[in-house]
Amino acid sequence: MTGVSARVIPLLATLAVLVGAFAAGALLFDNFASWAVVRNLFIDNAALGVAAIGASLVILSGGIDLSIGSVMAFTGIFVAWLIEKQGVHPLAAMAMATTVGLAFGIGQGVIIQRFAIPAFLVTLAGMFLARGAAFWIYPQSLGIRHEFVASTMNDAMTFRLPVGPRGVAIPLTVDIFLVVAAAAVYFLRCTRAGRCVYAIGDDAEAARLMGIPVARTRIMTYGLCGMCSALAGIVFALYQQSGNPASCTGWELDAIAAVVIGGTRLRGGVGSVQGTVLGVLILGLIQTLITFGDVNSWLTRIAVGGLMLGFVALQRLIESIADRGRAPGRA
Amino acid sequence: MTKRGPQLDRSVLRLALPVAALGLLLAFNAIFTPGFFTLEWRDGRLYGTLVDILNHGSKVGIVAIGMTLVIATGGVDLSVGAVVAIAGAVAATLASRDAGTPLCVLAAAGVGIAAGAWNGLLVTLLKLQPIVATMILMVTGRGIAQLITGGMIITFDSTSLSSIGNGSIAGLPVPVTMLAVALVAAWAATRRTALGLFLESVGDSAAASWLSGVPARTITVVAYTVCGLCAAAAGLIECSYIRAADANNAGLFLELDAILAVVIGGTALTGGRFSLVGSFIGALLIQALTKTLYMQNVSAEIAPAPKALVVLAVCLLYSPTLRERIRGVLRRTPATGTTP
Repeated sequence: MTGVSARVIPLLATLAVLVGAFAAGALLFDNFASWAVVRNLFIDNAALGVAAIGASLVILSGGIDLSIGSVMAFTGIFVAWLIEKQGVHPLAAMAMATTVGLAFGIGQGVIIQRFAIPAFLVTLAGMFLARGAAFWIYPQSLGIRHEFVASTMNDAMTFRLPVGPRGVAIPLTVDIFLVVAAAAVYFLRCTRAGRCVYAIGDDAEAARLMGIPVARTRIMTYGLCGMCSALAGIVFALYQQSGNPASCTGWELDAIAAVVIGGTRLRGGVGSVQGTVLGVLILGLIQTLITFGDVNSWLTRIAVGGLMLGFVALQRLIESIADRGRAPGRA
Repeated sequence: MTKRGPQLDRSVLRLALPVAALGLLLAFNAIFTPGFFTLEWRDGRLYGTLVDILNHGSKVGIVAIGMTLVIATGGVDLSVGAVVAIAGAVAATLASRDAGTPLCVLAAAGVGIAAGAWNGLLVTLLKLQPIVATMILMVTGRGIAQLITGGMIITFDSTSLSSIGNGSIAGLPVPVTMLAVALVAAWAATRRTALGLFLESVGDSAAASWLSGVPARTITVVAYTVCGLCAAAAGLIECSYIRAADANNAGLFLELDAILAVVIGGTALTGGRFSLVGSFIGALLIQALTKTLYMQNVSAEIAPAPKALVVLAVCLLYSPTLRERIRGVLRRTPATGTTP
């Protein structure tokens, strides 16, 4: 019973905040409730969304990854440099960058698992390493002007959704976000490896005793998170039409905030990618509301921090109620 | 007596790694950087690269002292960079409105204490994991700092406030003196009273400490509060040094450098044992490394990468698993002839 409520109540709260924020926008501002706002919400937050899905996997397994923003910046400039300076085909460049992200994540996972060094310390070092490497590749912003990216990926691959009077154009970046989200939901719910992520997040020792491959699963989650960060970097580079080694500073915090607001427990074991997607949309909505309201952007940080506190406190409340219900039977 | 000998040895041995790393770095500079050890006395003040390292490393050093206490309780404080920004914003805003320097200093200290106490209460009363609890202030803090400055960079003219970052006491820059005072005060408070023992016991097991009569919650809140105060001191140094408060960039990534300094100094992130002197050496090592990289013409943007490699290397050397393996290999070596 309590297990179900621990999973469902935070998700419902997330949904309520999202609906409430949108309703508030619709009531306060004239043009808020429109397809354009919804579309931009997805377009502007696709990169953060992909990154936050990677962060969800790691957090569900009971870990944390602070290297996300730096890996995004590294991927962006790496792809731009390969395409513009080395003449590599964009698709090949993106494949290479994704592989590098995967390998980087696996490397972090191996160090965390094999040498029992705290995850936040290893990924902190990874954050420095990826940021330095990004500047080492190319020290400033580099525009991507390759014809394939401009015409095929950003124009021809834009999908026109037949809604509203003129239809809604969905660019490739949003498709990547939705495909990654769907793949992650399938992975976590329907595959053995995905269930193992929850198991080691809930109690790694118990999982080990049940014969679940803890080491392999943990290294895999960091690898997948590195890959998601790389994909997010590619999405961001497509969105910006450029790579920049200084970009995405602190995005790991936004990604983690989206995961927490999405109802995932930061200690691992409880949560969902669906919630994370809603959490990303909430962060985007706050940004949109602040743009519409024309107030100082510092309010965003305070609102996000306040929401994080609210959701973490809610989870503590649910846990303490569950503990109280369980205590007499266990004593 | 028989027990004291080996224990002393071990605490000295734990410092061997950071001291050796610092020694290597200084030796490298002695050979490759001309004039690295040159000290000059000018206008009643000491100048030179070594003084620069101490001066610019003082912010990390002071924050690392507070961070050591927090990490000793088994926690971590990610919000110090944000607290630096808030404390700087408060001091600069007051100074720009012609408030006296003592008021600016007291207000900044008050902000640091409040921020630290807030973190400590979230950790003890709400029982949040320290990473999460302090991340909330880390996310919110810069927003609060901008709320105070109205989103602008506040500048001030007060010479007495700017002397904190730019002045000198007895030939040494004021920040270095502040670091020395903080280090001695923290060392005396933890090693000359029972506070250090309490901190270590809380870090080992908060529940067991509480059961044996140690006020575990109070100790934890005190550790976070001291850490907030240290961050406020760093904020004062930073804003008085540039005579301005920049809510976006003040203390950026300071939490990382401080945590790295503590880890390099040999304090375990799992809590328990801690070494203030180790953290001080760690802070010096990080600053000396940064300075060395700059002097070897490595750009400020790329510098984090080699820093990260050094930190990873030190962590691996501290890792019990790796030590166990190396010990295993060493033990096995004489016997390898018998095993195929």
